[in-house]
Amino acid sequence: MSEQMTAKVDVDLAQPSILSRRNPLRYLMLLGGLAVLVLLPYWIYPPVAMDILCWGLFAISVDLLLGFTGLLSFGHAAFWGGSAYCTGLIATHWGVPFPVAVVGGAVFAMLIAWPIGYLSVRRTGIYFAMVTLAFAQMLYFIANQARDLTGGENGLQGIPRSFFGIELVEEDSFYFYYVGAAMILVGIFIAWRVVNSPFGRVLTAVRDNPARARALGYDVERFKIKAFVISAGLAGLAGGVFAISHQFASLQELMWTTSGKVVLVTVLGGIGTLWGGLVGAGVVVTLEDFLASSGFEGIGLITGSIFVLIVLLFRHGIWGTGRNVLRRYVLDRRKRARD
Amino acid sequence: MTGTPLLETRALTKEFRGFRAVSDVDLTVAQGTVHALVGPNGAGKTTLFNLLTGFLTPTSGTVTFDGQDITGRAPEQIAPLGIARSFQITSLFEAMTLREHLELALASPTGMGKQWWRSVTRMATFKDRAMDLLEQVGLADRAGAPASSLAYGQKRALELAIAMALDPKLLLLDEPTAGMGIEDVDRTIALVKQLSAGRTVVFVDHNMHVVGSLADQVTVLQSGQILAEGPYEQVRADERVITAYLGATHE
Ligand SMILES: Nc1ncnc2c1ncn2[C@@H]1O[C@H](COP(=O)(O)OP(=O)(O)OP(=O)(O)O)[C@@H](O)[C@H]1O
Ligand SMILES: [Mg+2]
Repeated sequence: MSEQMTAKVDVDLAQPSILSRRNPLRYLMLLGGLAVLVLLPYWIYPPVAMDILCWGLFAISVDLLLGFTGLLSFGHAAFWGGSAYCTGLIATHWGVPFPVAVVGGAVFAMLIAWPIGYLSVRRTGIYFAMVTLAFAQMLYFIANQARDLTGGENGLQGIPRSFFGIELVEEDSFYFYYVGAAMILVGIFIAWRVVNSPFGRVLTAVRDNPARARALGYDVERFKIKAFVISAGLAGLAGGVFAISHQFASLQELMWTTSGKVVLVTVLGGIGTLWGGLVGAGVVVTLEDFLASSGFEGIGLITGSIFVLIVLLFRHGIWGTGRNVLRRYVLDRRKRARD
Repeated sequence: MTGTPLLETRALTKEFRGFRAVSDVDLTVAQGTVHALVGPNGAGKTTLFNLLTGFLTPTSGTVTFDGQDITGRAPEQIAPLGIARSFQITSLFEAMTLREHLELALASPTGMGKQWWRSVTRMATFKDRAMDLLEQVGLADRAGAPASSLAYGQKRALELAIAMALDPKLLLLDEPTAGMGIEDVDRTIALVKQLSAGRTVVFVDHNMHVVGSLADQVTVLQSGQILAEGPYEQVRADERVITAYLGATHE
């Protein structure tokens, strides 16, 4: 008994949410989330708040592939960093308002994602991860070589932050946050829309059983490429806002460690949960900021240990575990109501 | 219209590193017939199905379907032409509900699956047809349950409904009764009979009771080659077939 099956990433996903589409708790959570978004720069240093949102959308873009399509990209720094540079260059040389520059960066990320996706989606599992990593390393190498354009090791410095005639200097970080947050919100909305669309339904089919999806007439490779390009666009959007926020784009953004960190943030938040990315980013970014300001040297060691701990304790990440707990609670109550 | 071939293979061959799993197979399936493909384990039945549906590319030979040469085309190109298949091992989207399975199959030819900017609730366009199909296979009351919650026999029935959702000209079923108890087997026979009305079916099965009840025509495969062909009674009496079956281990 042999069967031709396509290998896939075997991720153990959390149970889907038990809340129905119109459950009031959903709206409550959405409102709560928006409130946090608005209040965040009052609680923490605005640039750090901005970092959380950027990394949050970056992680969501990775989750779109890992959690909803079954593809582990280990080269997403290419889109985040590629867009950071492109956004910076557009803002510097063309003097356009920064949201326009960011959109330019995101489009650039999608443009490079298309051939990369085309060449890598034939591979699955760890091979897909390796091919994407290889392309990201290539881009890193190119950026390092093209010093005239990228500034090489010095990075792209002093990226202007002009917003339709207003120059938002460093002291305006608080106001910048709200413009940046609005852009990130658009990205999150797109991700949510994609996941909850007919296209998203096909993606989960592709993730769970590619052979079955093909037998139904769905072109699995094409769906994967499209998901890859959309994901790259979102990563690019996040990277662009990040570069504008820091007014700086560096090689760090293209490094493989960045690709690794975003996967970590995604796993920490919970694979296949979408919102988990934001929570994971909240944890990692605030932790790094706290450790950096305390002058502690081994930041990587601490975040690494915490990562190991969370993954061991909560197999489905923070959001996924929360969802499972809620599910158990609701089911328990229903059962007790029946008895 | 019995008589005109819907499916034809010519000298179809598949080699795996020099090993011929399917060898020079000339198979003709007439329109409107139910055709059984039998043979011992490893005879090449599933490989043949994979060649017909594009999951494998033949080493040589051709596949003609409905007058079109479809040799070497991909599964997603072949499915829309009107070939639906089921898999030997139950192959579902375990986390999806039954209705979602059918909506996904029904949406496939419409291109709705490409719409990433619209709400997934649009898939409900296919709800009525989906419920009809579930009704036909006796699973309507489970429409909202995930496939993983079904019993084995129910899963196989769901697979039949999914295949029917594609409204195929040719239905390929790889061991639809494998691993079933006698009751489920009889139910499946009745179901396939009902669903195959007016369609062309090729199915693989080891159970001779199933073959005898369903098949107009039987093809016996052994070591990748056609050993015998004809109506059930004739093939069953064939000396070579008897030796092949007695000489081979099978369930
Ligand atoms: N992808 C593959 N690579 C190498 N060999 C294969 C592959 N697929 C099938 N084979 C071999 O080809 C032969 C035919 O296999 P196939 O699955 O078609 O048999 P079958 O008639 O469906 O058997 P069963 O009744 O057990 O399902 C077997 O010897 C099998 O090991
Ligand atoms: Mg088989």
